Amino acid sequence: MSRFLLRRSAAALLLLLLVLTVTFFLVHLAPGDPLGQAEDAHVTAAQKAHLKEIYGLDRPLPVQYLAWLQAVVLHGDWGISFVDQRSVATMIAEALGPTLLLALAALAVQYGLGLLLGVAAARRPGTTADHLIRLVSLLVYSQPLFWLGLMAILLFSLTFPILPASHMRSVGAADLQTLPRLADLGRHLLLPALVLGLHGAAGTARFVRGSLLEILNKEYVTTARAKGLSERRVVWVHGVRNALLPLIQVFALSLSGLLSGALVTEVVFSWPGLGRLTFDAVLDRDYPVVLATTALSAVLVVAGNLLADLLQGWADPRLRDA
Amino acid sequence: MPDPRERFWRPRRSRRPWGGLLTAGVILVGAVGLAALAAPLLAPQDPNEQVDPAVAHDRPPGTVLAAVHLADGSWRLAERVVRTPAGLAIERLGRRETLAAGEVRNLTATGVADRRRFLLGSDRFGRDVLSRVLYGARVSLAVGCLAVLLAATLGVAVGSAAALGGPFVDALLMRTVDALLAFPWLFLLILLTALFRPTGWLVILFIGGTTWMGVSRLARAEILSLRQREFILAARSIGQRPLAILWHHLLPNAITPILVQSTLLLGNLILFEAALSFLGLGIGPPTPSWGNMISEGADVIATSWWVATFPGAALAVTVIAVNLLGEGLRDRLDPRTRTP
Repeated sequence: MSRFLLRRSAAALLLLLLVLTVTFFLVHLAPGDPLGQAEDAHVTAAQKAHLKEIYGLDRPLPVQYLAWLQAVVLHGDWGISFVDQRSVATMIAEALGPTLLLALAALAVQYGLGLLLGVAAARRPGTTADHLIRLVSLLVYSQPLFWLGLMAILLFSLTFPILPASHMRSVGAADLQTLPRLADLGRHLLLPALVLGLHGAAGTARFVRGSLLEILNKEYVTTARAKGLSERRVVWVHGVRNALLPLIQVFALSLSGLLSGALVTEVVFSWPGLGRLTFDAVLDRDYPVVLATTALSAVLVVAGNLLADLLQGWADPRLRDA
Repeated sequence: MPDPRERFWRPRRSRRPWGGLLTAGVILVGAVGLAALAAPLLAPQDPNEQVDPAVAHDRPPGTVLAAVHLADGSWRLAERVVRTPAGLAIERLGRRETLAAGEVRNLTATGVADRRRFLLGSDRFGRDVLSRVLYGARVSLAVGCLAVLLAATLGVAVGSAAALGGPFVDALLMRTVDALLAFPWLFLLILLTALFRPTGWLVILFIGGTTWMGVSRLARAEILSLRQREFILAARSIGQRPLAILWHHLLPNAITPILVQSTLLLGNLILFEAALSFLGLGIGPPTPSWGNMISEGADVIATSWWVATFPGAALAVTVIAVNLLGEGLRDRLDPRTRTP
């Protein structure tokens, strides 16, 4: 087990390094540079050269790469944002909270609802309920996420103005008491989390239905039924627990997709999270921020893969000794 | 107990409503494809034409404006036109103007001969949303289909090479696929497109080049299992070359699941192109693509809801159609997933 973990960790670190290296050179070799934005009459060529010197952009690329890697690996120093002149680590830390909040709320909706609907469909295959769940989930799954968000804004913020359309807080919410402040946050969270969660729930329901159907045809389920267990126990303990295995794999592997899914949602709802931060940073060629968020997404992928293995061992005793 | 006679004249269709949905998918995909091909015939206007934007901009669906053809060759749009003895009285944005009869080319007994109909409204440049939605179908379908073609070709090539190239090639290719699957692709693709601003063909290359891994795994698995079958052994024993066996025996038999997966991938890639365009990274304006139309509409959603709503609806219907087609095909072709 420890050798397995060691090997996995080494592979994970290698992958991280690879992603970071590739991203570093891609970002720097791409057309456009962080000073391109300041291309107006007020900035002279001499000033530009000076700025490049300050940020170290005048050095050869391999030297920049090694210096950057050294700072990151040895000192955990992600540098200073070119645009905001603030520590990248601080900016990431600030954006992490909103993204986690949105992602967790959406995940709860996605897996809660998706599991229920998928099980409901698989228990009665071929019935109207099954076809309805399959059809509706296919319809929702096929919607563009960003358009769904816009339509939600159109319906619930503009036509019937009951929920706020964007941002995480109302103006002046910081002065409120704790409870009203939380309620304000919840109202802002509701629309983006529901859109992201319902969209995901459609995919999860389809997946759960498929894998549970397969399980319910297995002989051990027939055995469980034959020995007189209640249908609820057969489905939820003997069926769902086994159907969870592939679902866990999918869940863990989708952790990184969360960042890109949240990116679109965050852009539509002006949610101040990591997705928006990345998006703006890429457009501004803010190299340090881009590299840091890419590193984070690579960490999420690697962590997701490790998590998948660990969770599967936990859910399936058969895999533990392997 | 089903009556055996029933099967003779009532085919299995009645017990498989997804067969009906397959038909719906085929019809819908056909309709969208036809609309895209026939866009120049169907579109009421040129998708980028801006006729008199001062009057035509941000008009709600169903607006009909009179089009006055002036002597200098330009067009002017008006909400109302009234024929007067001297010429024409027109109302533009509530303001009345009069034109002499000699100034107007398309004068009739009651007004002017031409109308501009904005069936789905107009955007802020006075362009016709319906025409842009129709032309946008071309972009979405072309990018989606070509990217899927690229992904499927790459996937089949890599999968076949891994399955037939011996253990070393297999391990090398499949570990590469594992590593590529572990990359945060969606994220990196957004990064790449944002950095390099690809246009047209490069968008297709980027999308297709990063989504072939699933197909390659499937192709490899299918070929590996087919390889054990007797007809392949027979082909080998009569001395057919490996490539000929691949082309004539393995691929034709493996094509069904690959086709199903490619169809389902197509839906995702169409969505993905639209998401990139929405973020301003895919097909850029003024070329109408559903993604960049929704992006333009998002800015004015509070005042002109139709600009974002209709291209999005077209996109949703297209992807639903493609997914119905994929699911239906899978139900029909793969007995393992058939609904009981």
